[in-house]
Amino acid sequence: MSGAVTGGAVPVLAAGRLSVGYGRKAVVEGIELELGRGATLALVGANGSGKSTLLKTMAGLLPALAGSMKVFGGRPGRNPSRVAYLGQFHSNQLMLPLRALDVVRMARYPTLGLMRRATAEDERMVREAMERMGIGGLAREPLSGLSGGQRQRVHIAQALARGAELLLLDEPEANLDAESKETLLSAVRAAVQAGGTVVIATHDIKEASRCDQAMLLAQRVVAYGPGCSVLTPDTLLSTFGVTARMEEGRVVVVEREHRHECGE
Amino acid sequence: MNALVDPFLTNGFMANALLGGLIVAVACGVVGTLVVLRGLAFIGDALSHGVLPGIAVAMLLGYPGILGAAVGSAVMIGGIGYLTRKSSLSNDTAIGLFFVGMLALGVIIVSRSSSFSGDLVRVLFGELLGISRTDILIQAAATVLILAAAIVFHRPFLLLCFSPEQADMAGYPSRLFHGIMLAMIALTVIVSFQTVGTMLVFGMLLAPAAASALFARRISTMMAGASALGAVSVYAGLLASYHFDLAAGAAITLTATLLFFGSFAVSRLARRREGPPAAGTASPSGSSAVLP
Repeated sequence: MSGAVTGGAVPVLAAGRLSVGYGRKAVVEGIELELGRGATLALVGANGSGKSTLLKTMAGLLPALAGSMKVFGGRPGRNPSRVAYLGQFHSNQLMLPLRALDVVRMARYPTLGLMRRATAEDERMVREAMERMGIGGLAREPLSGLSGGQRQRVHIAQALARGAELLLLDEPEANLDAESKETLLSAVRAAVQAGGTVVIATHDIKEASRCDQAMLLAQRVVAYGPGCSVLTPDTLLSTFGVTARMEEGRVVVVEREHRHECGE
Repeated sequence: MNALVDPFLTNGFMANALLGGLIVAVACGVVGTLVVLRGLAFIGDALSHGVLPGIAVAMLLGYPGILGAAVGSAVMIGGIGYLTRKSSLSNDTAIGLFFVGMLALGVIIVSRSSSFSGDLVRVLFGELLGISRTDILIQAAATVLILAAAIVFHRPFLLLCFSPEQADMAGYPSRLFHGIMLAMIALTVIVSFQTVGTMLVFGMLLAPAAASALFARRISTMMAGASALGAVSVYAGLLASYHFDLAAGAAITLTATLLFFGSFAVSRLARRREGPPAAGTASPSGSSAVLP
């Protein structure tokens, strides 16, 4: 599966000559992409490369500076119940008198509107997302009493509980240990199997190579295409200024300026 | 026992003061909770002082002070928003500039007018013991409006306190609901300046909500707790004012502040008795192992 749209279906995400940035300052220009239902796109790049800026533009949190960005064929941000976004920074929340369950329940607000009571189906989606992220037992714990990794899983469960068709995840693996990372990946796979489209900003090259599409960013689009073919030592070198490969059982780190070997 | 109830039964002005004060306590408990959770203490402080020139000008021209307070707070909220958007200055710098500018303007207007000295004390410290039926009705109407907004908009407000980005993502524009929150603070300040005064209304917004935040585990209980603590402050403050001949507004605000520090001490003691948090559920290093 290439992730690109075939036939006459409206793509979930489509960008043409898109410039993204803050204020008037463009961070990345000339972005072209198209993503269909059930496809995954990895955004790979160092800090400041434009991953989060592009994700926020897809979410409708930032306006496109130039070109076009369409989500479900319309303006980003127009379909709150169909799109879930997990941001990178969660500040100023520890003093809120909220339990883990209350945080995940917020995912249902776009569907419920201002006053409608949550149905059994809403509660089921909330419970299911929490179970999936392995935090079912923490439902009644106050948010302030959770560890960083547990809080990150609460935030991911919030994104999942939306039941959205498009998941925009900004470095969801931050603060997660190896086991929780596996839990996250299986949750993403389940969302894709259910027909969801996932865009994930990540530092995990291995995971990115498994995505239908990968976009390498370094304040410009370094490479874009099927995940397994665009993540080459050369593109990684251009993206991060450093890359690595296995040579006779040892990891060889290659930097832009010169090369040296590091044991193990 | 009689000393606790009689002052309110035998004096009409004390009964009015209690009723007006209780209504203010409810409004301040609800709005103060939003102020504490959303971190709006500075703009609340600025609003409560920055309405002074509006009130002064209105009184000089023979209009009700409440009208001037409304215009003053609208100028401040609009000005702070405009300055923050159009300059690279931070929000609190913009708030500070309007705060001192408006306060200075208020003092100059008041000092240029010879007939104002008594009125200024009334504006700053309120006139709870001289509150009229009309004042109480206006306060009750404003408090009903505030309660209705808190109930109808509880989801967008919660999202906004949690994360403005998530409010936007859920289809509740964060700027709009931030503006509604500011309008609720302004409304509370405007209708409370007659009871506790512009100097002290901020104490009623902050102290009961902060005390309630130490114990509450839900936002609705935090609002209810803050309103209850505010009500206790009004009652105890009025009694102290009656028996010991103290300024009513100041006695109420001081009681609220003392209640906060009392709650703080109790919460510290309770935490010490509970001991360290159980491993696995609340340890900050719990499962946040370093990435492989």
